[in-house]
Amino acid sequence: MDINRRNFFKVMGATGATLALGSELQARPKKGADTEFYGVLYDSVRCIGCYNCEYECASAHGLPEPVIPAEDTQVRKPDETWRTVVNGYETSKGKVYVKQQCMHCNEPACAAACLTQAMYKTEEGPVIWRGNKCMGCRYCMVSCPFDSPKFEYFSANPKINKCTMCFEEKVKQGGIPACVEFCSGDALMFGPRRELIKEARRRIAEQPDVYYDHIYGEHEAGGTGWLYLSPVPFEELGLRTGIQRDSYPALTKGFLYSVPTVFIAVPALLLGIQQATSKNQTNPENEDE
Amino acid sequence: MNKTIALTRDNDGRPMWRFLLQELKPKGKLFTPFNIISVPIILLGTALIVYRFIYGIGSITNLSQEVPWGLWIGFDVVTGVAFAGGAYVITFMVYVLNVKKYHSIVRVTVLNGFLAYLFYAGALLLDLGRPWNVINPIIGNSFGVSSVLFLVAWHFLLYMIAQLIEFSPAIAEWLGARRARKILSGMTLAAVIFGITLSMLHQSGLGALFLMAKEKIHPLWYSEFIPVLFLISSIFAGLSMVIFEGSISQRVFFDQINEHHRREHNDIVHSLARICTGAMFVYFFLQLVVLIHGKHWDLLGTRMGAWYLLEMIGFVLLPMLLFYYSYRSRKLLLVRIAAILTMLGVILNRLNVSVIGFRWDMDIHYVPSWQELVVTLTVLFTEIWIFRWVINRMPVLRESPAWARK
Repeated sequence: MDINRRNFFKVMGATGATLALGSELQARPKKGADTEFYGVLYDSVRCIGCYNCEYECASAHGLPEPVIPAEDTQVRKPDETWRTVVNGYETSKGKVYVKQQCMHCNEPACAAACLTQAMYKTEEGPVIWRGNKCMGCRYCMVSCPFDSPKFEYFSANPKINKCTMCFEEKVKQGGIPACVEFCSGDALMFGPRRELIKEARRRIAEQPDVYYDHIYGEHEAGGTGWLYLSPVPFEELGLRTGIQRDSYPALTKGFLYSVPTVFIAVPALLLGIQQATSKNQTNPENEDE
Repeated sequence: MNKTIALTRDNDGRPMWRFLLQELKPKGKLFTPFNIISVPIILLGTALIVYRFIYGIGSITNLSQEVPWGLWIGFDVVTGVAFAGGAYVITFMVYVLNVKKYHSIVRVTVLNGFLAYLFYAGALLLDLGRPWNVINPIIGNSFGVSSVLFLVAWHFLLYMIAQLIEFSPAIAEWLGARRARKILSGMTLAAVIFGITLSMLHQSGLGALFLMAKEKIHPLWYSEFIPVLFLISSIFAGLSMVIFEGSISQRVFFDQINEHHRREHNDIVHSLARICTGAMFVYFFLQLVVLIHGKHWDLLGTRMGAWYLLEMIGFVLLPMLLFYYSYRSRKLLLVRIAAILTMLGVILNRLNVSVIGFRWDMDIHYVPSWQELVVTLTVLFTEIWIFRWVINRMPVLRESPAWARK
C-alpha cells in the first residue's frame, strides 16, 4: 500500500514537472553545499605561449593536431576541431598569451538552454556534452555568452565540440585535465574553485604591480569554472568584458516561472468567459454549429 | 464500435479505400501559373534536402559557429508561427466570446494554422543536426525542463493535436463519419481553451528563446519584454494573415463559397481590421516604452537605428493608421494593403531579432544562401499544395453536408 502510494506520488511528481516546466532552473550539485565545483586557474602572467596545452588537448581527445601559425599575428578561435587555442596579444605590458576554451560556468546558459540535457553541468564542475541525448538544435550556441559550443556543420552525424575539462578521460577518475598536466610554464592550476580564487587573490596581493586587480570568471556570468589572471585589463586580451554578472539562466527565469500560473489561470478564465457569454448552455455539442 | 464499420464505406456505399484513392487524384487544371512555378522549386528543394542530410547542414547553408540559427529558424519557424497566430485569436472569439460572426472563417483559419505548425515543425527537423534524437524531449529520461525550447517543443506538439481536434469535424464530414463527427465536435471547446493557453505560452516562448542571447542581439531589439512583444504581435500577425489568405481564397476558391458567406466576408475583414488597429496600438506603445526604458536614444542615429525606425514607423505605425482609416471608410483595398504591410513588418521584426540583429557587430554578416531560400520556398509551396488539396475536398470554405448541419 505504501509503495503504491509512493509510486502514485512519483507519477504525480513527473506529471507536475512536465506541466510546471521550469522549476529546476539552476544546475546545482545534488549532494548539497559540501560538494565543490572543480575549476582551473589560468595565469597569463606565467603563460609562455608554448602551445603544449593545444597539442595535449588534441591528443587526449583524438582530434587533429593543431596548426600553429609561424607568426601569431592572427587571432585564432576554438572551433569544431580545436577545443582550446592560445593567442598572443601585444598589450600595454608587452606580449601576453591567452588560452581560450569553454569557461564551465557555475550556472551554464548552454545547459539551461538544452532541452534534452545533452549539455550537462556535472557535480564535479565540468560542463559536458552527451551525444546520445543531443538533437543538434544549436540552442546552446545561441545562448552561450562565450560562444563555446562548436558544431560540425559538414557532417551527417554532427557533434558539438567543446572543452569538457577532460571529465570522462581524467577528472572522473580523480585525474587532472590534460592541458593542466602538461603545462610547461605552471600557468594552469586545477582544484576546487574556492581554493583557486584564494590562490588568485594571494597572487594579486603579493604582486600588485604585476597583476591587474581582477579575477576574470569570479563573477562573470554568475561565476565560471575557469578563472583568469592577467597583467593588463582583460579587453586587451580579447576576452569578452560585456558579460553580465548574473547567471544567464536567470534571464529566462521570470518567463519560465510564469508558465505554471498561466497554465492554471488562463484555462479557468477562458472557461468562465465562455460560460458567461454563452446563451445556449444546454447542449455543448452545438459548439461547432 | 460501429465507428469503424461506418468508416469502411463512404456515403455512396463504396469501399472507403476506393474513395480515398479517388480523392488523392488532382482536381482542376494541372498547368496553372502556381503549379508551373512551385513544382520545379519543390523538386529542387527536395534534392537539396537530400544533399543536406548526406553532407551536413553547412553544405547548403551559410551558418557559422557564431550564427548558428539562420533563415530556417528565423523565418520558417519564428516568423511562420507568428502568422499562424490567427487560429487562436479567431477560435477565442468564436468559441469563448461566442461571437458567431467569425464562424465562417474558423475552419479555414484553423486549417491554415495547423498546416503552418506541421510544416514549420517539419522545417525544424531540417535544421536539426541530429534529428534522430528529436523524441528525446518528449519520450525518455532526457527532459531539459529548464529550457525555454523544451517548453516550445512540447507546446508545438500539444497545440498541433489541439488544432487537429478543432479541425477534425471537417475531416469527419468529408469521410461521412457521423458518429465520429459528433464525438469530435464535443471535444472542440476543450481543445480551443487548451489551444489558446498553449498559444499564449509558445508565441511568447519563441521570444523568450532569445532572452539568454543578451549581448548578441542589437540593443534596440533586445529587451526583457521580447516575450510580451512577440505575443501581442502574433495577434495582428495572425489576423493580417487571415485577411490576406481570405482575400486570395475568396478569388481562388470562388465556386466553393456561397453568396451569404461572400457578403459576410467583407464585414468580417473590417472587424478584423479594427482588432488589428487595437493590438497594433498596444504593441507600438509598448515598443515605445521599451525604447524609453532601454535608454538607447543614441543608437537611433546609427544605421541599425534607421532600420529600427523603418520597422516601427513604416511597418507598424503606418499599417496601424491604414487599418484605422480603412474600417472608418470601409475601403477593402486599404485593409489588404495594411495587412500586407503588417505582415512585412512582422517578418522584419522576427528576422531583426533572430537573424539581422543577431551578432550585428560581426565583421562578416550572415546572409542566407540561395539553397536556404529554395528550401524555405519548398516548405512554403508544399504547405500551399496540401492546403489547396484539403480545401478542394473537405468542407472548409464550403458548407458542411446537410446531415452535419442539423
